[in-house]
This record gives sequence, C-alpha cells and structure tokens, in this order.
Amino acid sequence: MALYIVRRVMWAVLVVLIVLLLTFAVFYLLPNGDPALRFAGKSPTPESLALIRQRLGLDQPWYHQYGVFVKNFVTGDDYGWPGLGFSFTSNVSVLSEVQERAPRTLLLIMGAATIWLTVGVSIGVLSAVRRQSVADRAAMGFVLFGISAPVFWLGLMALFVFWKKLHLTGGTGYVPISESVSGFVSHMILPWCVLALLFAAIYARMTRNSLLETLGEDYIRTARAKGLSERTVILRHALRASLAPIVTMFGMDIALLVGGAIITESVFNIQGLGWLAIDSTLNQDLPTVVGVVMVGAVAVVFMNLIVDIGYAFLDPRVRYA
Amino acid sequence: MSETLLDVRDLTVAFPTHEGEVRAVSNLSYTLHRGETLGIVGESGSGKSVSSLALMGLLNRDRANVSGEALFQGRDLLSLPASAMRDIRGKDLAMIFQDPFACLHPMYRVGDQIAEAVTAHAKVSKSKATERAVELLDAVGIPRAKDRARDYPHQFSGGMRQRAMIAMALVNNPSVLIADEPTTALDVTVQAQILELIERVKREFDIGVILITHDLGVVAETANTVLVMYAGRPMEVGPARDVFSAPQHPYTWGLLQSMPTIDRRLDNLVAIEGSPPSLLRIPPGCPFNPRCPYSFAPCTVELPELRQLAGGHLDRCHLPAERKRDAWKDVLAEHLGAAR
Repeated sequence: MALYIVRRVMWAVLVVLIVLLLTFAVFYLLPNGDPALRFAGKSPTPESLALIRQRLGLDQPWYHQYGVFVKNFVTGDDYGWPGLGFSFTSNVSVLSEVQERAPRTLLLIMGAATIWLTVGVSIGVLSAVRRQSVADRAAMGFVLFGISAPVFWLGLMALFVFWKKLHLTGGTGYVPISESVSGFVSHMILPWCVLALLFAAIYARMTRNSLLETLGEDYIRTARAKGLSERTVILRHALRASLAPIVTMFGMDIALLVGGAIITESVFNIQGLGWLAIDSTLNQDLPTVVGVVMVGAVAVVFMNLIVDIGYAFLDPRVRYA
Repeated sequence: MSETLLDVRDLTVAFPTHEGEVRAVSNLSYTLHRGETLGIVGESGSGKSVSSLALMGLLNRDRANVSGEALFQGRDLLSLPASAMRDIRGKDLAMIFQDPFACLHPMYRVGDQIAEAVTAHAKVSKSKATERAVELLDAVGIPRAKDRARDYPHQFSGGMRQRAMIAMALVNNPSVLIADEPTTALDVTVQAQILELIERVKREFDIGVILITHDLGVVAETANTVLVMYAGRPMEVGPARDVFSAPQHPYTWGLLQSMPTIDRRLDNLVAIEGSPPSLLRIPPGCPFNPRCPYSFAPCTVELPELRQLAGGHLDRCHLPAERKRDAWKDVLAEHLGAAR
C-alpha cells in the first residue's frame, strides 16, 4: 500500500512538471504578442523595452526561461512559494492574488460538494431501491430539471426569489468568514445550492444506475442468502461496490471546479479563481493566467491522486494491480 | 426412513410478463430427509434453480407468483412473512451457487464475509464470529485458515472460493444445504473435490442436501434420490439406484444417452432432438412430446399423471410398461453396440 502511494505521488509530480512545460509553452513561446510591449504601457521607447525584456528575462533563450520558471515555481520567488511571478497589469504578485481568490472558490466548492454528495447519492439510492415507484419517477424528474436548467438562469431566479422577494438570504458578493459567520453563510447558501443542483442531479442518476447494476450481481444474492437485512444488503454490500464510478467522477468534478466555477462566481459576484481567470484573460495579463492555470492543473493532479488512493482503499483488487 | 426436513407440495412459480405468464415451475413436490442428497436434474430453464430460489425466499415477491407449500419444521416457508423468512435463510436453510467467482463480495475479506453470516443471526461479538469463520474455513479444507480468512476473494482460487461459500453456508449449522450447480464453473479435478466435500459435510453436519445440476454424472456420484425436471415439471422421481438402472421416462433416457462416459466416444453421443419449450407456450399434453421419439396419440392431448411404481419410483409418461421395457432394451443394446 505504501509503495503504491509513493508510486502514485511520483507520477503526480511528473505530470505537474509536464503541465508546467505546456503552460509555459502556450503562453510564452507561441506568438501571442510581446509581453514586454504590454508591460511597458503606451508608446514605449526602444530603450525602455529592452530594459523591460532584460528585467523580465525575456531576452534569454526559452529553455533558460523555462528553467527559471520551474525553479521559481518549485523553490519560490521574492513573493513567496510557489513562485508565480507578478501581474503585468496590477504589478501585484500573482501568488498573493491567488491566495486571496482561492479560499472563496474552495469554500464555494466545499459547500456545494457536501450538498450534492449527500442529496445526490441519497436520491440515487432511494430511487434505485424503490425502482419505478412514484418516488423514483419524481426523483428522475428532478434529475431532468437539474441537468437542463442553466446555472446562470437558476442563479438569477434564486436571487430574485430568495433575496429580492422573500429576504431570506444575503445577496450577491462575498463576505469573508472572519468578518461575519452568519453573513458568510447567508451570502453563500444560494451559490452553494445553485452550483450543487446540477451535480446533485448527475450524481443521483449515476448512483441509481450504478446501484441497480450492482443489485443484479451474484454476491448481492449471496448477501441475501445469508439472511442479512435489506438495509445491510443495500448500504453495506451494494452501495460500497457502486461507489467506484462516483468517486472517480467526484475527483474530476472538484478539480475542474477549482479551475473556476466561472458562471456561478459571475452570477453571485464572488470574486474567486474563476473571476480571476476571466479578468486576467481579458486583460491579457499572462502571468496571472499562468498562475490560475497552474492552480487548476495542480488541483486536477492532486484530486486524481486522491481518487487513486481512495480507489485502492475502496477496492482491494486495485492495490495489487 | 430418517426425519423429514423439507416437504414441498405443489410448488408453482410463475412470472407475469407482458407476453403472458411464464410458468417456471409447475406442481413440484418432493421430500428431503436428514442425511439424504436429493439430486434435481434438468436442462437450463427446467425450473430447477427457480424452485430452490423460491424456497429460500430469494425471488422478488413483486415479480414472482409463488404458490404451494414447503413445510419446514412445521412451518410453511412460502407463506412466512419476509422478516421470518430472513431469520431462517442462512441459518436453517443455506444455499451455495454456481459461480464462486461472482458470489463473494470482491471488496470484503473472506473471513469477514463468513463472520457476517454469524452476526446476522446471533448476538455475538465480531471476534467470536471471526473465530467461528476460521473454524469453518478449516473444516472445509482451507490450509492456514486463520491467515487465509484475512484474504480477499481474488486471492482465492475457484475451488477455494467454493469451499469458502460452503463454509459460509454451514457456519450457522443449517439443516438443509441447497447447492445450485456448485461444480459447473470449476475445473474437473476440483469438481470432484467439491462434491466429496459436500458429501463429507452432509455426514459430519448431519444435514439434507439438495443438489441441483444438469450433469447426470454428478448426480450418479452423490445423490440418494433423483428428481428429473422438464419444463418446470417433475418427470421422473426415484431412488438413484432405480433411476439409473431402470429409467422410466424417455427424457431420462435421452439425458443418459447424451452423457459422455469413459467407454463412449463423443461421436457416439446421442443428443436429444430439438430444444426445451418456451415457458410462455408449454406444449399441451406431455411437455416433452414434441421431442419424444416414442410420442403417440394421448401425449399431445393429456398431461400424464405422476405414476407410482415399485419402491417409491414415480414416472410421468403415457407409454405402457411393456413398451418401455422394450424401448429401454433397444437403447441399451444400441449403447453397448456403440461401445464395442
């Protein structure tokens, strides 16, 4: 088991390095405009451009730039660890920008994930067990709604009903938890639910299908033949075996959302990583874009690692493969 | 005869479908005694497995209509409420299945899965239950049972998994063990070991065994009583010795002729023509009549009764006894000729 984890971690590091290379290549090597030109502001003199190129290291060959980039990322730069450079537009370090934005996105995702896992999986179990009952049909109706409803429409409707009309929740914007816990919750509850709805719907359907498939397995018949209660058969035997695809999906979903729950963040004006990604892309602020991409990439790799390890815990057969 | 464990009367299982009712089992009756092995033989779809699943209460009650009686310790298993049936299942009535590769949960340790059968029926600690599981694994011939109990099913061979299934079935000292094609998925050498094991535990645990199989060879080796099923009906029932030495039903003859033996080469095997009928449209009269070479007038009209012969031998066929004697003689002569 320990060896398995070590092997997975080493793979993860390699993948991050490759992603770093690709990110670097895409944003610094492809003809995408001269970064120095953008940094220098309006009508720069050739001398100041040369000076900027030298300061940013743009006069060096690409492999040297990549080396410095990797070195800064791994060992940190003047602004801390991991080194991501500084923004061309705001002259603030990308790291501090990411550090300010990331908690918002992470808290948004954590809250939503908690909701969609509990709601989605329990609806899925219920409708699989009561297959073709009224409850099952209602659940599948909910699923269809959740999958079809666009997030921006849903978000605006939720704001209109619960904030404007009923005054039950806070409005848009972000209130840090350190400032006011109740303010934080009342501002986050709508984004949590709206973001969770789509995933809850998908997870409900996935859980239902996976569970129905498992319930047809021979070892479920064995469990019943032992005289176990139906509850134990479903929760201990069937659900355990049905979890694998859900765990995989969950890891990928979390990772992708870290890269930016862009629509939800925009609708509710939570200026998280998604907002940062859009803002920096529109401003062609390359170091910030690279920074956000790196955070997303590391999240994907990290969640993959977690999923792989979780898999091994769930299914003993994986450990020896 | 020794104590009667199970008395099945007119067991009928039907599945309503869009196209009509599928009659998987029709009026099946038999008794099982302590220390007896009852072999139920038939082709796929003859109702042999379904009848046992019905006894165990493992058929979905919403989708299967089960009628008849199955008396066990004075209670009718078929009319017990689900919770009472659950108490009996795995405790007094135990069952093992065809494919041991698929029947154990891949994510739990073998010992834990057996221990779970203990704790399902008795208030004992987990460690006590595990001790009992190890004891049973040892009894069914798993070497180093204490260590192997901590293994996962994929670390077991097919034969060992079937042994583990048997250990699981016996862990609560049941009275009846139903073995549904227990050797079909196993290597031939392992098959013999598992059959021997079932015979041994039958004696040691003093239980009754229902052995379901399509393989007459398996029945010949182990069963005391043979029940031949076709299209959901018992066609011939009797002591194994009588059924093998003087088989009465043309279907049984067909089964015997299609069985490979050491002195009979494959090209001499005689297959039964045609295939079993759809259970949606069972032919009128004797269900075997479209495939029966001896079929005559009444066979297509009237279902023969199960006739009582000497020595508890039952037969469901219109053919008069003399004709049967002659026909079976011809079959034997042909067989002996082919062997030479």
